[in-house]
Amino acid sequence: MAEGKIKYYSKMLETKEISCSELTESFLTAIENANSDLNAYVKVTPETAMETAKAVDEKIARGEKLAPLEGIPMTLKDNISTKEIETTCCSKILGGYKPIYNATVWETLSASNAVLLGKTNMDEFAMGSSSETSCFGGASNPHNIDHVAGGSSGGVASAVGGNIAVYGLGSDTGGSIRQPASFCGIVGLKPTYGAVSRFGLIAYASSFDQIGPITTTVEDVAIVFDAISEYDKMDSTSQGRKGEPTVNSLKNDIKGMRIGIPREYLDGIKDEVRLAVENACEVYRSLGAEIVYFDLPALKYALPVYYILACAEASSNLGRYDGIRYGYRTESYKDVNEMICKTRSEGFGAEVKRRILLGTYVLSAGYYDAYYKKAQNLRGSIVNAFKNAFQNCDVILAPTVPMTAFEKGNAISDPIETYLTDICTVPVNIAGLPGVSVPCGFDGKGLPIGMQLIGNTFCESRILNAAWQFENAVGSEVFKSSKYGVKI
Amino acid sequence: MKYEMVAGFETHIELATNTKIFCSCTTEFGADSNTHCCPICIGLPGTLPKLNRQAVKYAIMAGLATNCEIANISKMDRKNYCYPDLPKAYQISQYDKPLCEHGYVQLSNGKKIRLTRIHIEEDAGKLIHKRGDTYIDYNRGGVPLIEIVSEPDIRSVEEAKEYVEKLQQIMRYIGISDCKMQEGSMRCDVNISVRPVGSEQLGTRTEIKNMNSITFIGKAMEYEFGRQVDLIESGGKVEQQTLRYDDVTNTTSSMRGKEDANDYRYFRDPDLVTISVTDEEIDELRAKIPELPFQKQERYVSEMGLNEKDAQNIAKYRKIAEFFETASKGIKNPKTAANFIIGQIFRRLETESDKEEFNIAVTAEQLRELIELLDSGKIRNNLAKSTLEKMLDTGKSFSEFISESDLAGMDENTLNELCKKAVEANPKAVADYRNGKQKALKSIVGFVMKESRGRADAAAAEAKILELIG
Repeated sequence: MAEGKIKYYSKMLETKEISCSELTESFLTAIENANSDLNAYVKVTPETAMETAKAVDEKIARGEKLAPLEGIPMTLKDNISTKEIETTCCSKILGGYKPIYNATVWETLSASNAVLLGKTNMDEFAMGSSSETSCFGGASNPHNIDHVAGGSSGGVASAVGGNIAVYGLGSDTGGSIRQPASFCGIVGLKPTYGAVSRFGLIAYASSFDQIGPITTTVEDVAIVFDAISEYDKMDSTSQGRKGEPTVNSLKNDIKGMRIGIPREYLDGIKDEVRLAVENACEVYRSLGAEIVYFDLPALKYALPVYYILACAEASSNLGRYDGIRYGYRTESYKDVNEMICKTRSEGFGAEVKRRILLGTYVLSAGYYDAYYKKAQNLRGSIVNAFKNAFQNCDVILAPTVPMTAFEKGNAISDPIETYLTDICTVPVNIAGLPGVSVPCGFDGKGLPIGMQLIGNTFCESRILNAAWQFENAVGSEVFKSSKYGVKI
Repeated sequence: MKYEMVAGFETHIELATNTKIFCSCTTEFGADSNTHCCPICIGLPGTLPKLNRQAVKYAIMAGLATNCEIANISKMDRKNYCYPDLPKAYQISQYDKPLCEHGYVQLSNGKKIRLTRIHIEEDAGKLIHKRGDTYIDYNRGGVPLIEIVSEPDIRSVEEAKEYVEKLQQIMRYIGISDCKMQEGSMRCDVNISVRPVGSEQLGTRTEIKNMNSITFIGKAMEYEFGRQVDLIESGGKVEQQTLRYDDVTNTTSSMRGKEDANDYRYFRDPDLVTISVTDEEIDELRAKIPELPFQKQERYVSEMGLNEKDAQNIAKYRKIAEFFETASKGIKNPKTAANFIIGQIFRRLETESDKEEFNIAVTAEQLRELIELLDSGKIRNNLAKSTLEKMLDTGKSFSEFISESDLAGMDENTLNELCKKAVEANPKAVADYRNGKQKALKSIVGFVMKESRGRADAAAAEAKILELIG
């Protein structure tokens, strides 16, 4: 699977084996057939897709060369702002909201004629691990629709895993790209904080949020990342990719690469998952890399730090949904205060309310020092712990999630238990590091298992290089195509 | 028992940047509602703020002009509260690391009103209540503000008024704000309490919100001082609360009590990076701070011989002070320039804003030429005054109004002839003078001046006349 789908389709377009309109149509048809099972898309945009496809076909007819992502059918998570196309974060409170501007990532991709098939399902405001907090209902796992696709970018993962989009952009605040990629047996990259512009990404927790690609192969993830990792003056926290495009280093030799495994990452992990990661270590050893085990005790604070800080930021970020300017507004009210209260009570789902309340609480006078401030300090310790770890290893290897995809309904019924499943993904967000999840096996039920490679800040090239080498070595053993979607 | 007033100010001043603090919308005042808005300043989902560096510079200048320490490292925080004029439900402000701290403003009595801090923040939109409905205008949303917080060092209405005037003058001088209170580009919240004279302890304070005129600040403080004293005298207790002032009834009324006080849940805004300011940058900005009004005033008195009042009146307005300085450059007695400004020019500038804008037809250089003419003795004061009036009316140079013969002055013979003529023509005055009426001499000299259309040298004429009749 080292040869990605993007290059494959791009070549087909250039050699006129298929027209972009035909390719797009086949994806639109596949969506029509598969979406009732997968519930990956919450909004399909056939008109704009076909319009773009036509423009690409004209370009091909004129004999012009295509940009790497030109004409490739793709999707965006529903929290990425798209001008004149409904962007709701799968929340009732943003029902009917059509942005008047494009997110920078979409501005970049649409400028090179990316074919947007539609907007995909997600947990409401990216809060959740199963996409089931979506006001449109959860997205299904393309390998077994009784299981979730994961979350919060479950719709993108379901669409890409189910072959009804070549690639998609998700967002990752505490694991929301890597976890669904792991559940759906595909590749998901959470870039370094600041590598990709957040402008136009509807905020959940601003100091954690990062947009990144979800694809079927490492090469594809690298191509998309290279395309969207530009410095953006609209985002003060943006820095852009450092160094040359990551695709250039995918095939580099990894002999002598030091791959670190913090022991804490293997605690409380399901046996099948741990075994798959240990097998991956063997693969790496055979490729000449060195596996080093070490302790990262600061990790034990990761979950509380994440939930305190992310909820605090969310409570502030979500204050603006008041029914005054856009989105949902309650039907009857006596005055503006009642209007705002009722709008928010009716417009937000239970999980979002839970996090707003939690976040408001930890920032309140009298509790700030005990929660928010302490968590901020611990965040600093975790950042330093990783910094030190990268003095002794080049990349860190860990499971992406302690288990495989949950059965539908389980995540919703016990929120605290579900928060715990983020244990392996949140440290990366706390420290602002890049992490990529790649498939590394299957459990007894045939559900995919993922592992993640974590790098130091702005070292996407290195983790993608390690990921590509693994994929190249074992590709077909860890990847299987879903029965759904386009089979060209 | 005698009570004293204890007051501190929180003053909001809109900065005169061209664009808003976090987006590129214009800050121009007075446009149609919601025309100076963009996705960023109306807080649409997904938008991010980008700090306008000019706002930081202006705030630092405000700090430097008020003797503050400037922080090399500072940050922006979110102040969370829900109100329809605040589209993000938080105001981006500065909480525990303001740009400027520990400054002061000195009053004319020498007293220093200490400034706790100056920080930058964004303004909110404006609610407009019309025909029972409420509309929101977000044009003002995102306009950069500084908030200047003083210590409770003010002890009287006079000190309060002078403090606000001083701030206004300083900020206008350094060019960071027009400080127009009636347009809301300068607004004050007054914290006020009372205590028995001699007591060191602070009383419970109330806060009068959003005062937009110096006169009303005085009235409101007087009223509130009286109210608090009456309350205590009658055995009651002052409650900590936020008040609004009604300028029609001249009373204050409660907006909200202590129990309704907001918990703003301040935390660092994760969308904005640390603000770092280098010492070099601070020095550059310091170099841009002009001589301030009170410094000018002092210099006008000590070095240029103006009286205290004239010096103050001229120094108060930057453009007038600059005009005065240019007009009096190289002049023997700068007081002459001051007299023309206060006599002839001020009459044409009725309001404060007229003086602030200082639109007059005569340049400082033109006035200086006129004064040089006067000083050289070629024309007399009356002619100079009337000529300046004509110049102010028309914008033309003095040469349009003063003829060659006016400038030629008067030789001794002509003067002698004129004096003889004056003595002959005024026998009564001559007689009066000889009878001991000193004043009569003036009227004979006056005749000479009139006949010569002001060209004659009054002192020389007087000497000659005395010679003739003495």
